[in-house]
Amino acid sequence: MKRRDFFGATAALALGVSLATGAMAQDKTFVIGVSIPSATHGFMGGLNWHAQQTIERLEATYPQLDFVLATVGEPGKQVDDLEDMLATRNIDGLVVLPFESEPLTGPVKAVKDAGKWVTVVDRGLSQPGIEDLYVAGDNTAFGQVAGEYFKANLQSGAKIVVLRGIPTTLDNERVDAFQKAIDGSGIEIVDMQHGNWNRDDAFTVMQDFLSKHPKIDAVWAADDDMALGVMEAIAQAGREDEMWIVGGAGMKEIIKRIMDGDKQIPVNVTYPPAQISAAIEMTALRFVSDTPVYGRFIIGSTLVTQENAERFYFPDSPF
Amino acid sequence: MPKLSLSTTGPLAALVLLIVLGAFLNDNFLSAGNITNVLARSAFIGMIAVGMTFVITSGGLDLSVGSMAAFIAGMMIMAMNAMLPTLGIGIPLVLAGMAVALLVGLLAGLGNGLLITRAGIEPFIVTLGTMGIFRSLVTWIADGGTLSLDFEARQFYRPVYYGGIFGIAWPIIVFAVVAVAGEIAMRHTRFGRYCEAIGSNDKVARYSAVKVERMQLWTYVALGLLVGLATILYVPRLGSASGSTGLLWELEAIAAVIIGGTALKGGYGRVWGTVVGVLILSLIDNILNLADLVSPYLNGAIQGVIIVLAVVLQRGKSSAEGR
Repeated sequence: MKRRDFFGATAALALGVSLATGAMAQDKTFVIGVSIPSATHGFMGGLNWHAQQTIERLEATYPQLDFVLATVGEPGKQVDDLEDMLATRNIDGLVVLPFESEPLTGPVKAVKDAGKWVTVVDRGLSQPGIEDLYVAGDNTAFGQVAGEYFKANLQSGAKIVVLRGIPTTLDNERVDAFQKAIDGSGIEIVDMQHGNWNRDDAFTVMQDFLSKHPKIDAVWAADDDMALGVMEAIAQAGREDEMWIVGGAGMKEIIKRIMDGDKQIPVNVTYPPAQISAAIEMTALRFVSDTPVYGRFIIGSTLVTQENAERFYFPDSPF
Repeated sequence: MPKLSLSTTGPLAALVLLIVLGAFLNDNFLSAGNITNVLARSAFIGMIAVGMTFVITSGGLDLSVGSMAAFIAGMMIMAMNAMLPTLGIGIPLVLAGMAVALLVGLLAGLGNGLLITRAGIEPFIVTLGTMGIFRSLVTWIADGGTLSLDFEARQFYRPVYYGGIFGIAWPIIVFAVVAVAGEIAMRHTRFGRYCEAIGSNDKVARYSAVKVERMQLWTYVALGLLVGLATILYVPRLGSASGSTGLLWELEAIAAVIIGGTALKGGYGRVWGTVVGVLILSLIDNILNLADLVSPYLNGAIQGVIIVLAVVLQRGKSSAEGR
């Protein structure tokens, strides 16, 4: 990039036309639109926080980059946001976490067809080949890693209950992988209900599981917000010593407990909200350097244990 | 002449049916633990719904209560965390937190009420607006995450939800007191009669020297206070508040009021009916969790069918009765 400095300001004017397609100039500002769901629950709160942090840092590092951040509460509004970004903010690139795959596929394709760079995060579009870069956590591994832990730590004939998230393909992938992982181990899933990734809902569902089943050996809460609701219901029933819980996504309070060696919540499976940072950083690289960033970037889901928990502990994040 | 038409017994019959169904499907349904769970869970929506009964009876509506509960919970947790160093853990801290909750509830209700009665804006629009405002505010003060009460303070405060006297949990006791007080206020006080008069015909009420605006303002203030009271009992349960706290409570409260036989267009209110409505709603959830009747994907559909059925049952009878 140093080479570009030789041109100076006057030369840049003359170059303007050719650079409009070249897209590597210091003097041209690039606008990157970032469209993500609003902070309606813990995980999205963390994701919003990381997005803001990353944008702040990148704007300070690269003066030629401008970011437009839009958060939305529903798919319909996200479509409006994308149209606005294209029409009025004149974006050069888009980082989008689609609220839902189906309704957002068309609008994201329209952005791509307008010749813009498109990075899709977390939830894939329903048609392949639209995005330049795909960044996501690994939902199959998320369920599989949890399932393998259950298989390794429970006897055959053990009874477990499962709390599911909001009914979505993402949730299905996780639960299918979990069931596949414990397949053949003799572990029985005695009940499965939707806790909607919500602490209150998980609390009531777990209360009812506890009234219904006299024996539960372990709980796959599949999310740390739900794990906290589950723990409260278990404490109310006074059955803390009977079962352990595995949540997921790496909430700081839970990671702290694992670091402290809490028997009730021995491990966690990551699904980092900071994946948005990876997506924004890589998209920025596309505009400020020649680094090749097209393709797919899948962030692994790993098992957090007492030994490695410190690596996953972010005390400043709201999640 | 004893009046026992199906229009009044409709919701009660539905409740009894649900209890019989629950007992038939699962042995643990009638256990003390499960009954306590269901009643304590109902308490939050229940108290709010009792307040909502007065608002709806006098021809109003409040969509903001769910968001308001989240906002109050957030403010209460922040206030208690802030006062912790000076007050220390103990009864003064809890009382101060409760005072904050009631005060914020009162102010929120007053705000809604003043906008509706003084500025003359439709209740639907005012409370739709404040619904968004409260929800955003709590998300903002929580920085998109979760506000949590200090661990030690929560341990001290916890018995307010989980404890009780004579084996009856506090939320259930408070809910019962609120329900009885509400029933008396509706049936045996001037306030209740004025609410019904205003809801049936506010012009006639005005000509009859009823201070219409002031009465309506009081209904919103009372509702705000009850939301504060519900929050006082909600916070010790999980000790946290976030953008998803109290989601859709407003619709559950309104549904409970209507299931109970109060007219959505105002003019007639039935507090005990509201209590039955709240119990019906939480029992449906409970039964669906206890028995594997249908795919969990269909839970919402079952709830919808039962809500509509409960209302159809009594409406059919009351119109037949009217002829």
